[in-house]
Amino acid sequence: MVLNILPIVRKEFRQIKRDKRILSVLLFVPALMLLMFGYALNFDVKHTSMAVYDEDRTSVSRAFIEQFFISEYFDKVQTLESKSDINTLLDGEHARVVLVIPSTFTADIQRGRNAAVQVIVDGTNSNAAATVLGYVNAIIQQYSVKVMTESLVRMGRQTISMPVDYQPRVWYNPELKSAKFLVPGLIAFILMVTAVISTALAIVRERELGTMEQLMVSPVKPVELILGKTIPYTVISSLATVAILFLGYVLFDVSIKGSILLLSLVTFIFLVGSLGMGILISTVVETQQLAFMIAVIVSMLPTFILSGFVFPIRNMPMIIQGITYIMPARYFLVALRAIILKGAGLSAFWDQAAILLVYAVLMIGISSLRMRKILT
Amino acid sequence: MKLRFVHPGSSAAKAPVDHEFAVVVDGLTKNFGKFVAVDHVSFRVKRGEVFGFLGPNGAGKSTTIRMLCGLFSPTAGSATVGGFDIATRPDDVKSQIGYMSQRFSLYEDLTVEQNINFYGGIYGLDGLRLEKRKRWAIEMAGLRGKEAMLAHALSGGWRQRLALGCSILHEPPILFLDEPTGGVDPVSRRNFWDLIYDLSHTGVTVFVTTHYMDEAEHCNTIGLIYNGKLISIGSPTELKHGLDRYAIYEVQSSSPVDAMEFLRRQSWVAETSIFGSAFHVSILNDPHSKKKIQQLLTKEGVRVDRIEQIIPSLEDVFINRIAEEDAQRNGTIH
Repeated sequence: MVLNILPIVRKEFRQIKRDKRILSVLLFVPALMLLMFGYALNFDVKHTSMAVYDEDRTSVSRAFIEQFFISEYFDKVQTLESKSDINTLLDGEHARVVLVIPSTFTADIQRGRNAAVQVIVDGTNSNAAATVLGYVNAIIQQYSVKVMTESLVRMGRQTISMPVDYQPRVWYNPELKSAKFLVPGLIAFILMVTAVISTALAIVRERELGTMEQLMVSPVKPVELILGKTIPYTVISSLATVAILFLGYVLFDVSIKGSILLLSLVTFIFLVGSLGMGILISTVVETQQLAFMIAVIVSMLPTFILSGFVFPIRNMPMIIQGITYIMPARYFLVALRAIILKGAGLSAFWDQAAILLVYAVLMIGISSLRMRKILT
Repeated sequence: MKLRFVHPGSSAAKAPVDHEFAVVVDGLTKNFGKFVAVDHVSFRVKRGEVFGFLGPNGAGKSTTIRMLCGLFSPTAGSATVGGFDIATRPDDVKSQIGYMSQRFSLYEDLTVEQNINFYGGIYGLDGLRLEKRKRWAIEMAGLRGKEAMLAHALSGGWRQRLALGCSILHEPPILFLDEPTGGVDPVSRRNFWDLIYDLSHTGVTVFVTTHYMDEAEHCNTIGLIYNGKLISIGSPTELKHGLDRYAIYEVQSSSPVDAMEFLRRQSWVAETSIFGSAFHVSILNDPHSKKKIQQLLTKEGVRVDRIEQIIPSLEDVFINRIAEEDAQRNGTIH
């Protein structure tokens, strides 16, 4: 089969080149988003502001308090003089955490009783609050163990060894940097958004302006039109992907651990599916405005919220988790993170890749059928 | 899969030989739901003639042309274009035709030359042939020196001529023009019709829809279409003589509106219509009609300044035919 695609591809590139908006959406917005998400969307909970209300005021309580501030997790912002200050402090967000040590603290410890310590956390940011509580808990546990060991030593035991020794190692992202987690997600997000929106607009524009009619009376075949329309956007989206990977490496030290070939392959499959979705949208709506709205609704929002890009899927309610299964980006993300961060091979995510392939075939199939119906 | 330019029709079968007719339409019908847009229309268009489809908006002109170009599939009936059946050989039909609509389908964000390159490209033109046709189209449209201008910056007349040029780069033997002069100034309209004549002289069959009477006069054959039905067909002269049953009088009078109103109520008056400061009355042919009109109007207190029988214009023909058609539909007889 000989296809006459070149004139359409060439024309499409010319139009993209002419339309500075599309070009900037396709090339600069991804870079901007990477910067924004990479620097601003930071889940690392460090340097949390903490205030202390110490009713005990002994060397023991001070040593206990000190445990919090030798770590980088907490910064001391204030020492409170009265309990009533706690409210104003938290309300004004001057502190996220308040540590309250009762006047019986030292006495309880020395008598071997349970010493109660109150920790008040601002829970408005629930994710951060949970993390902060984890840190507080760990620091208090550590302190408790120390006190217990000391008292056992005093009671005559020479050496104490803990029954279980905790030796954490974090794999794939040892510094626990959010950027490493976000860069692969951002690739999925940007590809989805650019591919779906730009193809939908490019085709609906022809329908709106009446040039589609001119193409329909010409010998151009539906397959030529679809390929001619999608090839330019595939090329540009691929360039955007390379740009994100490059910026991710330079700015956030995210390097591709796995096979670049595999990464390209999976990305290509995902891209084909997304382009198909864009074409499908263009076949059901008539105006660019509506096409844009629908494209944003089906691509941008779900990919941002429901793919696991920013919010972990396992924390979502069951119903929402169910919905995430129809988000292609969900599968793409697993594969991307596996390749980029873990250096995994196809065997680690073949199931995700298979679903993506089904998605791509389905989208291209349905959209081609719809397109054929419109064109003939 | 190899990507390259192909010449349309290079592998297509040659058209079945029909030297006489470029378009043959037989009982063509198109329904949109319950609405009958085109109702059993049949006609033939001779090779090399300018065929005009005349009718008011919504009469079914565009729907017919769109079926012939393969944009709509007919509900019933059949048609051949360039000898190929529109239902079974749509791809061969496409290689035979050029199409231009009122929308002048140009890419506004591309330059004049880029538009030509694109349309040439999708018709498989390349190399020398593309260069030759590009030069021709630019000359024809009067756009020399403006090759690098964006289509969006062109005025109506230029856009129209460029759109025409783009739609016939591949030198189709049959050209469909759907209200090609809509929204274009009179001078450009005039120039455009000169172009259509030139094309017609080179043997191109031109099928044009319009609702301008003066444009219809330029055609070799006119089909009058109304409510989806072809109500008359013939050359402008034939159509005018077809009104033999009627005599048309032009009346100049003191109060034309009242006079028309009064005449319309008479059973022997077929139709009245305003024409400038005068009005036209068509009457079933009767040697005494002139006197009858004069007497009646004078009796009604209308001063008749001038009354004379005239040769009907196309507009008279059209108005009469429509009145007849409406009368038939409503079951009333004048």
